[in-house]
Amino acid sequence: MTRIVVDPVTRIEGHLRIEAQVEGGMIADAWSSGTMFRGIELILRGRDPREAWIWAQRICGVCTMVHALASVNAVEDALGIEVPDNARIVRNIIAATQTVQDHVIHFYHLHALDWVDVVSALKADPAKTSQLAQSISDWPMSSEKYFKSVQDRVSALVASKQLSLFGAGYWGHPAYHLPPEANLMAVAHYLEALQFQKQFIRIHAVLGGKNPHLQTFLVGGMATAMDPNEPGATINPERIDFLLEVAKSAIAFVNQVYIPDVLAVAGFYGDWFERGEGLGNFMSYGGFPQGSIKDPANFFLPRGIILNRDLSKVHSVDPANITEYVTHSWYEYSGGDQTAKHPFDGETNPKYSGPKPPYEFLDVNEKYSWLKAPRYQDQPMEVGPLARLLVAYASGQSDVKALVDATLAKLKAPPAALFSTLGRIAARALETQLLASRVVGWIQQLGDNLASGNVRIHNGEKWDPKSWPKTARGFGFFEAPRGSLGHWVEIEDQAIKNYQAVVPSTWNAGPRDARGQRGAYEAALVKTPVADPDRPLELLRTIHSFDPCLACAVHVVDARGRVYARAEA
Amino acid sequence: MKPIRDPLPKALQLRGVSRREFVNFCSSMVAALALPPRYLGIVMKALAQANRPVLVWLEFQDCAGNSESMLRSSNPTVTEFVLDLLSWEYHELLMAGAGKQAEDALERVVRDHAGEYIAVVEGAIPTADGGVYCTIGGKTALDIAKHVCGNAAANIAVGACAWDGGLVRSNPNPTGALGLQEAVPGLKNVVNLGGCPHNPANTAAVLVHYLTFHDMPALDQYNRPLFAYGDIIHDQCERRAHYDAGRFVEEWGDEGHRKGYCLYKMGCKGPEANYNCPTVRWNDGTSWPVKAGHGCIACASHRFWDTKSPFYKRLPSVPGFGVDVTADQIGWVATGAVAAAMVAQVAGNIVRDKIRPKKTTDETNEPADSGGA
Repeated sequence: MTRIVVDPVTRIEGHLRIEAQVEGGMIADAWSSGTMFRGIELILRGRDPREAWIWAQRICGVCTMVHALASVNAVEDALGIEVPDNARIVRNIIAATQTVQDHVIHFYHLHALDWVDVVSALKADPAKTSQLAQSISDWPMSSEKYFKSVQDRVSALVASKQLSLFGAGYWGHPAYHLPPEANLMAVAHYLEALQFQKQFIRIHAVLGGKNPHLQTFLVGGMATAMDPNEPGATINPERIDFLLEVAKSAIAFVNQVYIPDVLAVAGFYGDWFERGEGLGNFMSYGGFPQGSIKDPANFFLPRGIILNRDLSKVHSVDPANITEYVTHSWYEYSGGDQTAKHPFDGETNPKYSGPKPPYEFLDVNEKYSWLKAPRYQDQPMEVGPLARLLVAYASGQSDVKALVDATLAKLKAPPAALFSTLGRIAARALETQLLASRVVGWIQQLGDNLASGNVRIHNGEKWDPKSWPKTARGFGFFEAPRGSLGHWVEIEDQAIKNYQAVVPSTWNAGPRDARGQRGAYEAALVKTPVADPDRPLELLRTIHSFDPCLACAVHVVDARGRVYARAEA
Repeated sequence: MKPIRDPLPKALQLRGVSRREFVNFCSSMVAALALPPRYLGIVMKALAQANRPVLVWLEFQDCAGNSESMLRSSNPTVTEFVLDLLSWEYHELLMAGAGKQAEDALERVVRDHAGEYIAVVEGAIPTADGGVYCTIGGKTALDIAKHVCGNAAANIAVGACAWDGGLVRSNPNPTGALGLQEAVPGLKNVVNLGGCPHNPANTAAVLVHYLTFHDMPALDQYNRPLFAYGDIIHDQCERRAHYDAGRFVEEWGDEGHRKGYCLYKMGCKGPEANYNCPTVRWNDGTSWPVKAGHGCIACASHRFWDTKSPFYKRLPSVPGFGVDVTADQIGWVATGAVAAAMVAQVAGNIVRDKIRPKKTTDETNEPADSGGA
């Protein structure tokens, strides 16, 4: 029996630690710990709810903008504000762009090196690599000369003995199965994707001023003024053309590079369609409204819950059923740490009780994480692209169903194969494909509105805080790249009284609850083989397939307004 | 044994980078650093001769927004930094290795390259309660910072959090968070690149400056490079003419907003913010917040979360506020602006003249006209 620790888990956002018990070459049990806390909750209190999104957005800089959008949704819900159609469309474009960008970066830069052996690429024959690339895609960058130049670049790195970011990898690990040519192709696409993400995100620069941390959200709409005749307007015909051009380039990259690469990798790692999913429960709040945000029926990706891997039934989501435990988290609840609290009644009372640093192991029988443990009707849920896709598939969403069925047919796999590590990867890729084409559609819609003279972008009826009731409260839901995100806000006397966020990676990376039920990461790791405990590559594969985002996950906001005083250092 | 270093010319040749591309690249660096064109030759020579120095990127109480921002760098791109210019040995967000292998890589750098490597820091450092609010590999952020930054040749704090504690430190600062310089006093060669996030164009320029001159560019009282933080946003703003003429956005989406009028009345903090945001812009120079229609939040200003919020409240009594004044006074304002611009120009020249190669691999590298390059 061996105890392994992976800390830091790299190629993720934030600070994650995994401890696992390995027995007979397989993980018998696992514990997921978030090791960083910022306490943004106390910082938000008393501030202007109209600017909460600027602060909340800094919860995360990788999935930037998702907390901004959840925040304005929550404040608009509290104050009863409906945003103009154009603002909804711009938000959809921004959010879908974020998701596409995030998924591409995840696959190539955060996840690929778990499947791709960079050093093996040196052994590849560039001519054969070119043949391979041309056999799976029409992507133009596929000549022998091109792959040779990439190989030379890698070979210069290796010869220098300074491998830069590629140093310290698990190269040569027996779990790597790709032939050298596939490895070389993947390394080339890793570098191309670095270029792609930088170009594609210029959509955010136009509509948000910059990325990361966009700056054009407003409670009531967007600050992206529209005018068909004004060069000074953020959105004018010239910018629409620019946005369309950039968005179309993404469709090409996704369809000709990302999707074929995922299918190619999946072809060599079929056994990963059989492991890596542990809970069997999936939840999606639904996203991308195509009408009022109050009516999830019009959302492009539907809202719902799948229980026990049963795709024949989609359960509804009632926000009242969401609670959080701190039994194994470094916080205290006034009613006792065995209880669960709804976000509107939540508390964030940090109290570290772990080992004194530097430490070797956590005491996992006690509290062991800065993450809380969210539950829906007392059940743990997996959230994210796989959950969204399964809910949409089971709901009969036609675009999703057609794409998933076609992909499963190509892979000769049943729908049950989706409940796996590779299932997450495939779901993320397919979602990227769907959203990349929606971005183009939404930009065209925005262009049509602009041409027809519909330029309303902000509802200013409630901009003046004097127009607000003395107290108000509301919540905002949003499907972030990594899953279901909710913000809850309570407003009193024109200021934030309480604010609470329950975020995707808290659902996935959270620790056990009062009943000892594992979180999604912990459950997914059980029965994962580990060939070499000193180099737990297989563990990373499953954890990375969730796309962890730990800065988000650490509970950020306090609903009760409990003050614990501390003098500034 | 120290790894063998790889001289750049050979590396360039191996990687198929043409001289033309290299010259273009060096020219954009000279421009980014606001150096006179005659410096092109020096930059080229220095970069061509540079070994690949080691860089480690540390993340503490962060959101990884500064890492993401670095991924959007254009001149050089992150690929060029990582593969050609630097040996990027540790960066949690991107590195291949994890857990023990990652920690060993960091330790190897500190051991083998003490006093030689560059440490980039992202995120605040919690100092309350023994530093338990951020641990990596079981060690506190504070201990890691002391060890790694204390042994670095230079430290670059990117983003508001690493500079002054940023949002994490804002009132009531629940974790006792501080910026790098305050958390680890006495560090040598610290450069602060404020902003939320940092603008990768500036960070790239600082790194290239360091590669070229083995020294940091001229800094202000906060250790921020003057080329990036020397000018007021309001003075560089493309909407400035509207301000001077008294044309303002009064409501979001109104006619003024659609025409690109000044955002001062909507709470813009441009008049109190120092940054080159309007000129370098973001994401390949595509845009910046004011161009996109929203006021500046002064994210590159000291402790801006507490000192510049509320963000929608109009700044009180900005000198030269144009809307309620007579044409005469506006005339004076305009003259003032021209005078201020001239002062800035002179200051810029002084700053640039301070930038001298301190030590290069070839001592004959004197500032010379680069016409023949």
